[in-house]
Amino acid sequence: MKIPYYPGCTLKAQGLGFETSAIASAKAVDIEMMELQRWNCCGTVFSLASDDLMHYIAPIRNFIRVQEAGYDKVVTLCSMCYNTMKRANLLVKNDSEKLKTLNDFMYREEDYKGNVEIVHLLELLRDEIGFETISKKVIRKFNELKVAPYYGCMLTRPKEVGIDDWEEPQIMENLITALGAEVVDDPMRGECCGAYHTVNSKDLVAERTRMIVTSAKNRGADIIVLSCPLCEFNLGTRQKDTIEIYSDFSGIPVLYFTQLMALALGMGKEVCRFDLHYVDPRPLLIEKGIIEEGEEKNAR
Amino acid sequence: MPDKVKTKMIRVHIMGKEHLVPEGLTIMKAMEYAGYRFIRGAGCRAGFCGACGTVYRLKGDYKLYFELACQSAAIDGMSLTQLPFVPANKATYTVRLIKETGNPILKFYPEVARCVSCNTCTKACPQQLEVMDYIQAALKNDIEKAAKLSFDCIQCGLCAIRCPAEIAQYHVGQLARRVYGKFVKKSNQLNKRLNETNKGKFNSELDELMKMDKAAIKQKYTERDLESLAKKK
Amino acid sequence: MYLKLSVKNTESDFVKKIEEISGENLMKCNQCGKCSAGCPSVSRMESLPNQVIRRVQLGDESVLEDDTIWLCASCFTCAVRCPKGVDLSKVMEALRLLTLRKNVNYTQIEKIPRDELEVLPPIALVSNFRKMTS
Ligand code: SF4
Ligand code: SF4
Ligand code: SF4
Ligand code: SF4
Ligand code: FES
Repeated sequence: MKIPYYPGCTLKAQGLGFETSAIASAKAVDIEMMELQRWNCCGTVFSLASDDLMHYIAPIRNFIRVQEAGYDKVVTLCSMCYNTMKRANLLVKNDSEKLKTLNDFMYREEDYKGNVEIVHLLELLRDEIGFETISKKVIRKFNELKVAPYYGCMLTRPKEVGIDDWEEPQIMENLITALGAEVVDDPMRGECCGAYHTVNSKDLVAERTRMIVTSAKNRGADIIVLSCPLCEFNLGTRQKDTIEIYSDFSGIPVLYFTQLMALALGMGKEVCRFDLHYVDPRPLLIEKGIIEEGEEKNAR
Repeated sequence: MPDKVKTKMIRVHIMGKEHLVPEGLTIMKAMEYAGYRFIRGAGCRAGFCGACGTVYRLKGDYKLYFELACQSAAIDGMSLTQLPFVPANKATYTVRLIKETGNPILKFYPEVARCVSCNTCTKACPQQLEVMDYIQAALKNDIEKAAKLSFDCIQCGLCAIRCPAEIAQYHVGQLARRVYGKFVKKSNQLNKRLNETNKGKFNSELDELMKMDKAAIKQKYTERDLESLAKKK
Repeated sequence: MYLKLSVKNTESDFVKKIEEISGENLMKCNQCGKCSAGCPSVSRMESLPNQVIRRVQLGDESVLEDDTIWLCASCFTCAVRCPKGVDLSKVMEALRLLTLRKNVNYTQIEKIPRDELEVLPPIALVSNFRKMTS
């Protein structure tokens, strides 16, 4: 299947490996993701004020781009983009007056008709491809690699936008199992990483990171997988700041679920960009016999 | 006796005061006709320097329009004001020291992250640039796109004065072009010319100029022949 | 802390404004405390989330002055868990907006160190500025 794809800003920067591994592994299961033309930043957070309109312009403009391209569905990878776009879409679908005001404001664009649907790649894999089909394509053995899924906030909350049950999601667990890795059951998987407080309260994020990463680790996880570049930054890159504050803390690598998938489907360094992660997963992957020594050396 | 050609006069409101001016003048000339003298807010008079930003509204229309006073004609019933300067944020940086890692734009202009994609800047641009698109490109670290889309910017500042996110688009575009020139696509001609300059190719000509008095310089300037200069190259 | 209870306060413009911006009926809250139990920022908050909503119910405008509303991470845990269907994340946003709409920023963009700006991903800056700058 062919589907337009909305990347979001961070997937063009620090989250590059999320994008490249997703496009490659989606292709391996017959999903062709085509980057949307002229997409703009969605705003990353949904405005919660009933009298706001300004902050819905960005997500709705992106839906116009999908409509222009002649599609009625768009897929995204970043949990925050997914959440923001989905909520904005729901808002205008249920409020024709707001939609009209927004359309009038964007008079240079064609009117958004409210017929585009946004889905997260995980949903597409579960609902359109099926985890069973994916598991048949697995080439690489994970040798009992223990993986803790981390959902954070934006994939499951609030209820009307969640891609799965908001207290007991299973979608990532099922994917990990299908890919042949071992799932670690972790009660912290839906806890907030501190999100945007990483800009002005690093210590708050360090407190969250310590709690979340330690919980996964104590339950035997070798790595954490997730779906949001802000969570990746907080749980991964901020491990550096966490150790500075909590000297007893020690971390584990944090990867995107698409990197795990790319590995399982036989791809490696060329699409995973492990070099962009603060905690380098390569030593662990070599130790587990998942990638070979030297295989990472010619990474881009 | 030849008929006296009667020039049609039109009514324009300049900063709230009505003036009768002949039809067919640029806004800048119309203002001068009405008695304004440009000490600031005019430079090249040819649409290049960006000093003469003007904001106007037409009779019966609620919209504000943005143009260069030296480039667009005065229209009957228009109401206008000049915006010669915009006190927008301009970061200080040393291009030589800018690193390729991370997003250099967000490093010096983090407020770019405040863009709400309202497109107001694009609507204001007298150069018809896709201003929103170049700001969005900058946010996505697509330096090449930001540099190319902003290439024809004349730094008039009209976009910045309209932006609800208080972004100084034109300075952002300039940084993008600088970074582009530094990392993405180095200009061969520039390097060649810098080499020549460093090797002293122009020293004798400069020395000559330094020795001339003011009158001689003036004469040299007025007598310069642009065409032959161009050919000499 | 003492708070004078009066109908004048509970029906004040402040309360009405918060209800209007948030779109939430504050009186639905029965102070069960579930929101506070799940809040990720609670260890640093001066008032617990349920106390915030109580103070707004009572028209206590001083709630705008403590850091609590700025420590909310918009994680929606309170919103999904509230047994009374109150979306506290919207109340928190409305409270922040009362300050932001006066052109006062919480995040001082110009004070973010440049070496931090070099590592912070756009997603962090965009979300932070949307929630904490006007
Ligand atoms: S981009 Fe802005 S500064 Fe540049 S020409 Fe357009 S309006 Fe003027
Ligand atoms: S006017 Fe400002 S906020 Fe609007 S699109 Fe342009 S840069 Fe973005
Ligand atoms: S969970 Fe709901 S009802 Fe309980 S204290 Fe919080 S807002 Fe009030
Ligand atoms: S939305 Fe805010 S108040 Fe509610 S639980 Fe999350 S951080 Fe706490
Ligand atoms: S005077 Fe230079 S652009 Fe108009």
